[in-house]
Formats: sequence, C-alpha cells, structure tokens
Amino acid sequence: MKGIESIPAWAALPVALLLVLGASIILTGALGLLRLPTFYQRMHGPAITITLGAGCLLLASMLYFTVEQSRLVIHELIIAIFLLLTAPVVAMTIMRAAVYRDLRARKHDAGATAGNVYVIPEEPDDSAPGRRS
Amino acid sequence: MQTLLELAIGYALVCVLVAMAFCAVRLLIGPSAHDRVLALDTLWMCGMLLALVLGIRFGTQVYFEAAILIALVGFVSTIAMAKFLMRGELIE
Repeated sequence: MKGIESIPAWAALPVALLLVLGASIILTGALGLLRLPTFYQRMHGPAITITLGAGCLLLASMLYFTVEQSRLVIHELIIAIFLLLTAPVVAMTIMRAAVYRDLRARKHDAGATAGNVYVIPEEPDDSAPGRRS
Repeated sequence: MQTLLELAIGYALVCVLVAMAFCAVRLLIGPSAHDRVLALDTLWMCGMLLALVLGIRFGTQVYFEAAILIALVGFVSTIAMAKFLMRGELIE
C-alpha cells in the first residue's frame, strides 16, 4: 500500500495505456446506447462496454496491484469471468422481453419481425398474462 | 511517468462519468420500458467500472469488493426486471 509514487515507469505506461483505451471504449459504448435509432441497434452498444471496456480496466487493475504490492494479484479475474458469463444472459433476456413485448403490442416497424423469424399473430391474444399494449 | 498515470486515471474517471451521464439520459428519455432496463444495466456496469478506477486511484482493495457486489446486484436486478417485463410477474 504505497500509492501511485511507487509504480515504476515500465508498469505505469501499460497501465495508463489500458486505462485510456478502456475508458474510450466505455465512452463509445455509452454513446452508441444514446445515439442509435432503434432498440435492437441499441443492444449492441453496451456489449462493447461490458466486454472490451471492462476487460481493459480489469487488466489495468490487475497489473497495477500486482506491481504495487509486489505479488500476484489476480482476483479481478472473478469479476471478468462473472461478466463474461452473465453478459450474454442479460442481453438475451432483455432481447427476448423486447421481442415478446413488440410482438404483443403489434408494432410492425419496431424491428422484431426482421428476417421473418417471428411473425405478429393475426388477432390479439387477450388471454396472455401481463398483457399491456 | 507517474504524472502520465495520474492523467490517465483522470481521463478514465471523466470518461466513465460521461458514459454514466449518457446512460442516465437514455434512462430518462427511453421510449419503451426495455430501453430503460438496458440503460439501467449499462449504468450498473459503468458504476462497477467507476469503482474499479477509484480503486486504482486510491490504491486500496476495498473498491474491488464494492465492484464485485455492484456486479452481482446489477445482474440479479436486471434479470428480475427483464423477466418482469416479459411475464408481468416474477415468481410464477
């Protein structure tokens, strides 16, 4: 626990590079979330934030604490593995909810029917639970 | 070189905060409910990364535990909200 002053130059340079790269990628992903026009395009913005941006910052944190404490500090790997396991689950759950809601609300221009994988049912299904249109 | 590292940490803090502001804007103006859930999930992730960068800035391991807790709670809350949007109830 000695702080930034104890980091030698050969370690400070890659940590700084990884920090700048990861922060720029995070900003790009959030900008995509803000700027893209439809929801199914907006799904792709946070994916780059969670995988590449978080990966760069976790790598920078591992390198920094390994050099600062002069021992192998790799418990950031727990967060990395957890993120890599849960990011597809979150994305698929939100996307399935969005497709379900768009089909049920009969939005023809929302993009849920692109590729003719899902079709909008002919008549509204009033018996579906939690229906809100 | 330490000045370079401090500058990089400052840049990373500013970038993550601006990203959180973008997510908050999408959370406020999101046209549909699943937009808001997605923005809230990204906001959790950016909060976790902010905790990581603060841990590098102050050189303590306390922020790492905060980051892992934020990641866990964010995952569970996002799954719960997405499932609520899909089914209208959580426990069937």
